[in-house]
Amino acid sequence: MSIEEKEFKPTIVAFCCNWCSYAGADLSGTNRLQYPANVKIIRIPCSCRLNPMFILRAFQRGADGVILCGCHPGDCHYTTGNYYARRRMTILFSMLDYLGIEKGRTRVEWVSAAEGQKFAETMNSFVETITKLGKNHRLEDLRCNKQ
Amino acid sequence: MQQAIIAKAKELLANGSVNRVIGWKKGEFSYDITPDVFTTAEAIDADFVYDDFCGANVSKFLMKISKGEGKTLAFLKPCDSYSFAQLLKEHRIDREKVYVVGIPCDGKADINKIRENGIDGVLSIKEDGSNYVIDTLYGEKTIAKADVYAERCVNCKSKKHVDVDEMLGEEGDVIASNRFEMVEKIEAMSSEEKYEFWKNELSRCIRCNACRNVCPACTCENCVFDNPNSDINNKAAANSFEENMYHIIRAFHVAGRCTDCGECSRVCPQNIPIHLLNRKIIKDVNELYGEYQAGADPDERYPLVNFTYGDCEPSVVYERGGDK
Repeated sequence: MSIEEKEFKPTIVAFCCNWCSYAGADLSGTNRLQYPANVKIIRIPCSCRLNPMFILRAFQRGADGVILCGCHPGDCHYTTGNYYARRRMTILFSMLDYLGIEKGRTRVEWVSAAEGQKFAETMNSFVETITKLGKNHRLEDLRCNKQ
Repeated sequence: MQQAIIAKAKELLANGSVNRVIGWKKGEFSYDITPDVFTTAEAIDADFVYDDFCGANVSKFLMKISKGEGKTLAFLKPCDSYSFAQLLKEHRIDREKVYVVGIPCDGKADINKIRENGIDGVLSIKEDGSNYVIDTLYGEKTIAKADVYAERCVNCKSKKHVDVDEMLGEEGDVIASNRFEMVEKIEAMSSEEKYEFWKNELSRCIRCNACRNVCPACTCENCVFDNPNSDINNKAAANSFEENMYHIIRAFHVAGRCTDCGECSRVCPQNIPIHLLNRKIIKDVNELYGEYQAGADPDERYPLVNFTYGDCEPSVVYERGGDK
């Protein structure tokens, strides 16, 4: 009996801000744009709600890539939230890189409510990047591996 | 220096301007010195010491002690005074209740480095000019001070105090140090090498939480690592993920507030170079958002609770460091 070789399908967690990117994801759906089904969207009130722990937790529970989508700088519903998120994520991503986690696994993209097209494109390209990088081994927790 | 400090402490205690003194108390050996509080001149005479093994940063203790009655006298080294200023900025210490005397520091010694140099069975250590004369079980040995500086003192960032009421001895200057040398070396590695390097270091972590407890920037009353629902509270790291998570989150929580006092690495029983994580963040902040030294300026906002409209995008990370 041979083991069936399965194509690697990455799990992507997308944190989307309630006001722009989540609506953008909606729009890409109503526009019937295609993006891979392995993107799991989690709605957050603002991109600056994203605690670094959320990203690590996502990796722990089996995510292969984590992307944060928020309003464009200057368009934040709460005026300045995404400016703070931008600094935080820069420092965090740099830190992850410093600890040897592959750079492409985390990304920040600004998607407005009108950019359904951009949302789909972003997700397609991100899934492609992660598929190339392969499974997340450096930040995985084997105890959470259900296979 | 020790005599001058003791005289100052006794003078201020005697004239009633302070109720207690926080300083360093000698331990069983001349190198295991612990911070302690003294309330009488007799106690000071008996136990107070100040030498090259008084590395402990006493500023964090002022948080709790300054809540008591009356004033507290604290002797702060330049490093400690940055931490103290940072704590003041965060409203953790009542400035009125602390009398700060700045004391100069010529770099502190690290007993582990003495041991690494093959000197075991240390009984007592004496200073002799630029050397230490060490009395061991196997006879007397001499070692240069420069060889056994604590890691943070090798690349000292400042001999200048920030916020003191009085100075004992000479006030120094901020030093242009190359403290990011090791960070640069790691940054230049490939992602695999980095991962291996940190796995090697962090897998020694026993999650004793000493780095968190000693850190003058870690001042939350309820720590995220003590949350019983977090499934990471008060337990050893189960695997490499938990090791990474603890150290990433710990470093991130002091980002922009860490004064680089190096206490975390000093207290680590496993000799993990934890300060390299903090220094990485300091280096990034300096490069991306402008030079910033936590504690130096009481009015400046911390880089992570501040922004400019023209900040770089997080994607700059892809263009920096080893693998591009």
